[in-house]
Amino acid sequence: MKVGLFIPCYIDQFYPKVGIDTLQLLERLDLEVVYPTNQTCCGQPIANAGFENNSVKTVLHFAEQFKEYDYVVSPSGSCVYHVKNHYDIVPDSEAIEKVRGNTYEICDFLVNILKITDVGAIFRHKVGLLQSCHGLRGLRLGKSSEQVVDDYSVCADLLRKVIGIELLNLSRGDECCGFGGTFSITEAPLSVKMGIDRINDHLKSGVEVITATDMSCLMHMEGIIRRRKLPIRIEHIASILNSTTS
Amino acid sequence: MSHPKLANIFLKNEDRVNWHDKALWFVREKRDVAVNKVKGWEELREVAASIKSNVLSNLDNYLLQFEENAIRNGIKVHWAMNATEHNEIVLKILQENGAKHIVKSKSMLTEECGLNPYLEKSGIEVIDTDLGERIVQLANEPPSHIVLPAIHKRKEEIDALFVEKWGIKGGNGNAEYLTREARKHLREKFLIADAAITGVNFAIAENGGFVVCTNEGNADMGTHLANIHIACMGIEKIIPEMEHLGVFLRLLARSATGQPITAYSSHFFKPRPGTQLHVVIVDNGRSQLLGRPEFRKSLHCIRCGACLNTCPVFRKTGGYSYESVIPGPIGSILGPGTDMEKYNSLPFASTLCGSCTDVCPVKIDIHSQLYKWRQIISPKKGTSIKKLAARVTGNILGNPKLFRLSATIGTVLLRYLPGSLMKNLTAWGKGRELPKVPKQRFRDWYIKNRKE
Repeated sequence: MKVGLFIPCYIDQFYPKVGIDTLQLLERLDLEVVYPTNQTCCGQPIANAGFENNSVKTVLHFAEQFKEYDYVVSPSGSCVYHVKNHYDIVPDSEAIEKVRGNTYEICDFLVNILKITDVGAIFRHKVGLLQSCHGLRGLRLGKSSEQVVDDYSVCADLLRKVIGIELLNLSRGDECCGFGGTFSITEAPLSVKMGIDRINDHLKSGVEVITATDMSCLMHMEGIIRRRKLPIRIEHIASILNSTTS
Repeated sequence: MSHPKLANIFLKNEDRVNWHDKALWFVREKRDVAVNKVKGWEELREVAASIKSNVLSNLDNYLLQFEENAIRNGIKVHWAMNATEHNEIVLKILQENGAKHIVKSKSMLTEECGLNPYLEKSGIEVIDTDLGERIVQLANEPPSHIVLPAIHKRKEEIDALFVEKWGIKGGNGNAEYLTREARKHLREKFLIADAAITGVNFAIAENGGFVVCTNEGNADMGTHLANIHIACMGIEKIIPEMEHLGVFLRLLARSATGQPITAYSSHFFKPRPGTQLHVVIVDNGRSQLLGRPEFRKSLHCIRCGACLNTCPVFRKTGGYSYESVIPGPIGSILGPGTDMEKYNSLPFASTLCGSCTDVCPVKIDIHSQLYKWRQIISPKKGTSIKKLAARVTGNILGNPKLFRLSATIGTVLLRYLPGSLMKNLTAWGKGRELPKVPKQRFRDWYIKNRKE
């Protein structure tokens, strides 16, 4: 099985550790993982701002970069959701069809493709799971609080197997953190207020580390945490799953 | 004003924001408890969506069938192409009968048509009889929520309003006292009413009857006492058969307030002897929406308000930040369909979190439609510089060499947003730190550690 590693643009530039953790995690599972070094971005930021027509070149470039892999795996539910759901703006081709079908968020890939929930991780902290919306409601990585279906969560399944972890419940388990891409700029004060409210929920529950499938949500949370010097930190789920030392 | 501007005004009073957020989240939680008691809730939503989809595909036939049966029952049926025609029809009926005092139960359609001010201009008194609506009417405000029109007001504010308007002594925000005073006041209005106006929740094609849902019984009180009943409905309110009604009644109140059913689900079939029953069927842009496949599902809406209650943007910025008759997520997809220029900021007043779509009892793909509206609005709206910036950004992201040359992805992406790069950085930085730029990008690390 040949896996193409898709590292979203902002993770590449601002959070390289998340990319390294994702890569190492997959390598630990004896997979052949390649990071195509000419990759750029999935095109989501322009498309969500309402300029998806301008993202055609980006979309075609993405498909070209990743078409040769059996699976494309990424530490971002949001970018994966975009590839799967919004790559209908270009004419259908074998490459487009393939990447739309084979691109997976890392937790989804571990649990539903590899059928693994125990990755042998150790993380001795009180953790709160911030359910990034595109992963939760877009990719259906778990039951949303609105749905009346049996409870499940691929992220929680993975986290519960981590040695030493204490996964805490929140009062609003899947409310949006307020990042929302361009929303974080165009509605900045609202975005910050939503973020503060989410962080407070984690703080009240005694959480030490907020984790999520999307670094973009966490970047927004981290920005607020650092500004307010709050006693809590963020860690991408791939980093927790790749943590093997106590 | 745009949504961000109005939202920022609302956000200035954090105490009120928290209170508003909590009040609506309480309703959302009640909804969760109620829907989780229904076995097959998701299937019920699916059935409702299928019925609505069938209705929209055969709307012409169902409307004619409804009209034929309603006329047979003795109902007078009127057709209005737009808000003006609707208002004229209602006024004409009232004038022909010399009606001066009107009581009206809740109807978002009459809000949409601006019926109250129109009738008042002709010297007709219109009293909203839903308590929440009466409160905002007294305050000379529009409803801030489609089911809870006065949710933005605290009990103490309502107390002060009643004291000012009715000269009562006041009860320090005691809800029971205030409700009793409102009942006294409304009773007088019911007793002198010449005509009653109601909305329509569901009109049944097969028998020409219709159903009005209220929790206060105010629609019944009005229609039972007055000799003229005028019911105003949008063309999308049709359901084919009586047996479909149960599906919607089970969904409506649970989604709206967490009740198993509205306290009153009143059926109207024909006028009582010696009285008149009119139905005004209104298009007002709906058939245009019907003609746009990507947005037609918004006509499924049964006005339960669940998407407002669940939406963090609505909860934290209030209904008035939308400046549209129907606020919240559903209003943000309906608004641009009626006036794209005026409502062009609404599809962006969302993080696209999708909670609205999951909570919707008739399965409207609300967040997907918000995304689709953005694709229509942005290319038309932005300045030519921003459009150029978006194109350049697209080119950079489609070209690995250019991409690597660009300083940081943040600065690339921030350039095409409304506002200058500096302004956008400032917006981010007002409540948040920027991410620290690491010494090495992932790509460089990868080349060094895996390729060399």
